[in-house]
Formats: sequence, C-alpha cells, structure tokens
Amino acid sequence: MVCVEDPVVLHAEQIHKSFGEDEILAGVSIEVRKGELVSIIGPSGCGKSTFLRCLNFLERPDRGRVSVLGVSITRDGGPWRRADEHAAHRLRTHVGMVFQSFNLFPHLTVLDNVLLAPRVVKRERTAAMRDEAMALLEKVGLGQVAGRYPVSLSGGQQQRAAIARALAMRPEIMLYDEPTSALDPIVAEEVLGVMRTLDDEGMTQIVVTHDMRFARLASDIVIYMDAGHVVEAAPPEELFVNPQDERTRRFLRTVL
Amino acid sequence: MPVCEPDGARGMIFDPRYGHAVFSAPVLATAWGAALRMVGLVLMVWFVAAGLLSGGRAMAAQDKAAAQQTVRWAADSSADVPYTFHDPAKPERLTGFEYDLMQEMQRHMGVPFQFVQNDWDGLIPGLQRGLYEMVICGIEMTAEHADSIDFSDPYYVTSERLTVRRKGPQLTTLASLSGHAVGTLKDTQAAQILGRNPNVELRTYEEESDAFMDLVNGRTDAVLLDGPIAKYYGDTNPALHVVGEPIGRVEYGIAFEKGQNEALRGRVNAALAAMRTDGTLHRVLARWDLWTPEMVQLTGDDSVLDIPPTAFYSYVAEIQGKTGWRVKLERYVGFIPQLVRAAWLTLLVSLSAMVLAVALGLVLALVRLYGPAPLAWLAACYVEIVRGTPLLIQVLLIFYGLPQCGVSLTPFVAGVISLGMNYAAYEAENYRAGLQSVAFGQTEAAMALNMTHVQALRYVVVPQAFRLVMPVMTNDFISLLKDSSLVSVITLTELTQTYIRLSSTYFDYFGTGLMVGLAYLLLGLPFVRLAKLAERRLASPHTRRR
Repeated sequence: MVCVEDPVVLHAEQIHKSFGEDEILAGVSIEVRKGELVSIIGPSGCGKSTFLRCLNFLERPDRGRVSVLGVSITRDGGPWRRADEHAAHRLRTHVGMVFQSFNLFPHLTVLDNVLLAPRVVKRERTAAMRDEAMALLEKVGLGQVAGRYPVSLSGGQQQRAAIARALAMRPEIMLYDEPTSALDPIVAEEVLGVMRTLDDEGMTQIVVTHDMRFARLASDIVIYMDAGHVVEAAPPEELFVNPQDERTRRFLRTVL
Repeated sequence: MPVCEPDGARGMIFDPRYGHAVFSAPVLATAWGAALRMVGLVLMVWFVAAGLLSGGRAMAAQDKAAAQQTVRWAADSSADVPYTFHDPAKPERLTGFEYDLMQEMQRHMGVPFQFVQNDWDGLIPGLQRGLYEMVICGIEMTAEHADSIDFSDPYYVTSERLTVRRKGPQLTTLASLSGHAVGTLKDTQAAQILGRNPNVELRTYEEESDAFMDLVNGRTDAVLLDGPIAKYYGDTNPALHVVGEPIGRVEYGIAFEKGQNEALRGRVNAALAAMRTDGTLHRVLARWDLWTPEMVQLTGDDSVLDIPPTAFYSYVAEIQGKTGWRVKLERYVGFIPQLVRAAWLTLLVSLSAMVLAVALGLVLALVRLYGPAPLAWLAACYVEIVRGTPLLIQVLLIFYGLPQCGVSLTPFVAGVISLGMNYAAYEAENYRAGLQSVAFGQTEAAMALNMTHVQALRYVVVPQAFRLVMPVMTNDFISLLKDSSLVSVITLTELTQTYIRLSSTYFDYFGTGLMVGLAYLLLGLPFVRLAKLAERRLASPHTRRR
C-alpha cells in the first residue's frame, strides 16, 4: 500500500501523439508514485495502449515530457535526435514491459529468453545471473519449464515467462499492455497473481487492462481514459463506486 | 600459368582450421553466430583471393619474363576431332593434327610451347586477356574474324563437305538441300553458305558431335561442315557418308591478339614456311589423312609421301572397333579419375561461392531493410541489376572484362566471385523476406528490454529469419551447384565441361550423361541431408510442440 510521502517515480506531462490526421493522445498527464499499481481503463481506441507505449518510447510522443527516475525526455514536435535515443535507452533501464501477445523469443528456451537481455545489454554472463534468472522463473512458477521452448507453454505460462524476462533487467517500473486479454479468466488469474505479488514487494506497476475486477481489487489508482484524454483518476473505491464524470459512468455501466 | 591456380585456394579454404570454425562449434549456438562465422570465412576467402591476386600479379610478371621463351597456345579440346582432342584410347592424352603441328612448330622455333584449354566461346577473349599468345582451333580466316584478331599465314586449306545418312535422302549439292533440315556449326562459313538459301531449314550447333548425332537420329537430313570434320565424324560413322563435290574454300590460320604480337606472328609464319618446305606439314597431315588437293595447291608440294594415315586409322579403330559392354565398362571406369577431379572443382567453386553469397546476401538484405536511404537504394539496385542480367555475362565480364580495368583475377577466384555475387542477389531477397516475416512484436520486445536496434536484429530477428529461409537456401545451393558449370567458359574444367568432352569424344551421351548426372546428385545430396538436419535442429523447438 502507498503512503502519500512516497516519491513520484514517473511523471508524464501533456503527452500528444497523432497518427497522420488522427489525434490519439491530446495532452495526457499522469503522476505515479513509487510502489503504486496504476490501472488504465477505457474503451478500445481511447489511446491507453499508445499512452503506455509512449512511457518507454516504443512510441515517440509528438509533444510532451516523460520523466522517469531522473531521466527526462522532452518532445517539442522536432525530429528524434541521437541524444533522445540515448536518453530513451537510459530511461528503459528503469522500465520493463509486458505485451498482450507475450512476444517471447521463439528460438530461445524460456531460460534463455530471460537471460538474453542481461547478456546482451548488460553483458552479464555470470553463474549468479543464471541463478537469478532461475529464481525469477521459480517466482513466477516456471522453474520446471525453464529448458522448454515458448511454443510448448500455455498462454498463461508464456505471459509469466515474459514477466520474468522483463524483471531480469531489474526495472523499477513495470508496464503491462493488456497482459491478460489473450488469456481465459482462469489462466489470467495466474498472471494477475504474479502482478499482485510484485505489488506486495513494492514494484511500481502501470497496467492497461480490460479486467475491471483486477483494476478494482488490485489497483491503488485507476485512470479512466477516453478519446485521448484522462477523464478521471482516482482510487478504485472512488472511481468504481462514485464516478464523477458522465463518460466514466457510461463506460462502467456497459462493462460492469 | 594463370589457368591452373585453384590449388592455392583449395588448400586455404579447406584448411582444417576453417572447417573447425564452421562446423564443430557447438552446433551453431545461435544462427547469428553461424552467420558471423560465415562472414569471417568470406573475409578469409577474400583474403585468399587477394593473396592469389597479388600472387597472380607477381606470377604475371614472371610470366612476362618467361614468355620470352614459352609460347602458350589455346584450343578447345572438347570434341574437336581431328584438330586438338583427347585421345579416345587414352583420354588423358591430347592429340589431333593441330596438336601435332604445334609440337612440330615448337621444335622448329626452338622454344617450349604450353597448351591452355579454354571453352570455344572464351578462346578469343582469352587471347585478348593475355591468358595465352595464340589460338589454333580451326579458326576460319574470314574478313570478319580479321577485324578483331591477327592471323598467321594459313596452315591448312579445305572446303565444305556434305554428309548425309546412307539410308536417307542423298542430297549431293547445295541446291538439293532446299526444303531439308541441314545442320552445321554456329558462326562458321558453312552456316553462312547455308544461310544464303532461304529454303534450307538451318540448324546450328555448338559441338560437331551434336550436329552429326542429330543427322544419325534423323532430326536433320544433311550436315555441311569443313572437310576434316566431315571425314572424321561423317565418314567414320557406318550410318553416314560424305557425298558430292567440295564446296567453297576454307582457310585456317593461327590467331593472335590484334596488333599486339607482331614479333611472335613473324616467327610463327617463318616456322610455318619452313615446315611447308621441309615437308613437316605434309607428313603431319598425311598421318591424319588430311593432305588434300587444296594443300597441294597451297604449298606447291605435289610429292607423294609413303606415309600411311596411322593417326586416322587408330582413331577409327578406337571409335568403331570397341563396342562391347566390357569395353564400355572399362572406359567408364577410366572416366572416374577425371570425374572425381571435375566434381572436386565443382564442389569447391560452389561451396566458396555459396559462402560469399550467404554473407553478401545478408549484408545486402540488412542494408536494404534497415540501412540509410542511399545505401538501401544502392543495395536494391545491386539486386535488380545482378538478378536481371545473365550469369554467363557476369562471369565473362568479371574474368575477361575486369582486366581491362586493371583487375586481373585467377579463373577460380573470378568464378567464385561472379557466382557468389550473382547468388548474393537472390539470397538477399530471401533474407529480406525472412527478416520481414519475423513479427514486429519481436523487435519491440527486444527494444523494451533495452536492446538497441542492432542488438535486436542480431540476437532476435536474424536468428529467426535464418531458420525461415533455410529450406530456400538449400534449394539455392543445389541450383548453384549446377550453375557452376558456367565457369567452364573461364578455363575451369568442371563436371559439365568434362561431360561434354567425354561424351563427344566417344559419342556416348547416355552412359556418360548418367555418370555425370550421378556425380551432381552425389554432390548435392549431402547438402540436402545436412540442411534437413540443420532444419530439424534449428527449427523444430519453436515450430513443433514437444
């Protein structure tokens, strides 16, 4: 749980993003404190996934600023510079990400999936790293299948492997882009369980999700987005019980 | 001796150290690792090539000095009876009336001669490239030829003769050929003569033996060719005979590079004149039964020599006398060493070219997909140009054309480079397709893990793409194995060239064809198996569930 004094670890200010004529994000700002679990909900196409991808610059915002643990990138509509690329690289050392379609590397075993980035990016090839990777896999319940290839795993196992893979880079913040949308509810629960565990351990997590139950029960803050704007951001007990905005109310009526 | 250098390259490429680097690494830990090793290997090939190149240059300098003594002469010894050919009785040995003339001439000139084998189409380009000083291969002294080469005085005069089937229409004059299919060699005076009669259905061939084979098989009704050819291919075949009067006049001269070798040409002419007066020419031709009234007229030598046409008889005996299956079998066994040598060369050229193609193709594909715009555009141009032009032209351009720009490659290196560069264009497109078919989510996942673009490519995308294109690469390699036959135009005697030589020496297309086909198959099969194995090892983990 979060105390008010916890420091802000991620701050996004006035993020704008357009694809051609379509403005997907029209000035989105959020503040995330250390250890928070923030859920972003909203109708399809509201820009929530794009916003999440802007936070680690898989998508480059047109305008706005993202600050993560002292690394700050400001976009003013200009070209993406080499310095920006370096900054994004530094920023990503603090941020891990998990995708809806898992995106495990199919040519590597589960263990090698976890070890690849530390090996390549951090040049860690020690036995300690290997032990750490195995510990991560144990933690997400995949110790038994470390030597297998992703294709032989269930969807839930694959997503948990993807989480372990992201954790191996020792991020301070985890981003999840609809992590359970491709999974049936029972399997999804395995994944959500892992996320709850991480929350208990104090990991900062931002989750784009359609799983209202999870958003309501596990989040510290729920953000409702619509048409490229943050409509409402509040603790779940407020947002779900007593939404302030008409758009939020309408959305919750349809999904709940 | 620029024609026989593959040995150097051979030793280097198959140096066990490199073999180790390629195959024994813990089964291609990552495909990229394999690709890297291949790039390394290619660099080594280039290195070797460069070494050979400079070696070749040094050697060329030595050759210049040696050229004061040694005269190199070229002919196409495959199926060129009775000019210069491989003795059917002993295929390793060269014989023929032109070959004998050259032996006599080196005695007259008092300098050693050296024979250089080259494909018919490459004979004149090789002359211009300085691979040898002269060509003697029944080259007709026509005005067209004299435009591009210098000729010695004629050493032989003959005429065109008609050959027909004994049991076919007896076409004895040019006029009687109307309405019939008539065969001859391409780009010859005989072809010109036949072309003047629009009612003749003209069939031109590359090889004499093919022209006569079609006549025997009834695909044509007559063959019009030079006297010696008609005598040795037509009259010696029980199903055929030479008919009618001699037609026209054909003079053969020794060819020199245009305007470049007047001194040697003078010495050759002097030697020819001496051989005429002292009867050497007469004696050689008599042995081959080729002393004709035209020669009497040319030389003014009307003496009658008491020399039996021994060379002619032994050729006929060899061709007609031995037909039983036992003889054939012995002959086939005799082919084996030649086939093994040729297969080895084919394999070497193909393997080296494939290594080059894989590495260069990968670079091209990566540049085209991820490189800066101008480079990507250049890579695209390379692919289009190389794919869009015939391989044969590329081979000839690199071997015969580049020396004009000061880059002189040995035949082996030129063959490997032209084949490798050609196939690189195809491989590049393969890899591009493979790279593009790796889902973009893979790159994103890698980037999210803080890999750079290059690292994502190297550790995530390329290894997956490599597995995808594996079957196509196997296909390409088999195809390259066969396309490597094109290097025969740059003096390399590989399998196909050997087939042409053997089959036309013995008129045995079937048995020899089966043997050579089998050789290609045996060369290709291990790679098919190897590729299957690699495919299974590399691809199965993520395409098939356990």
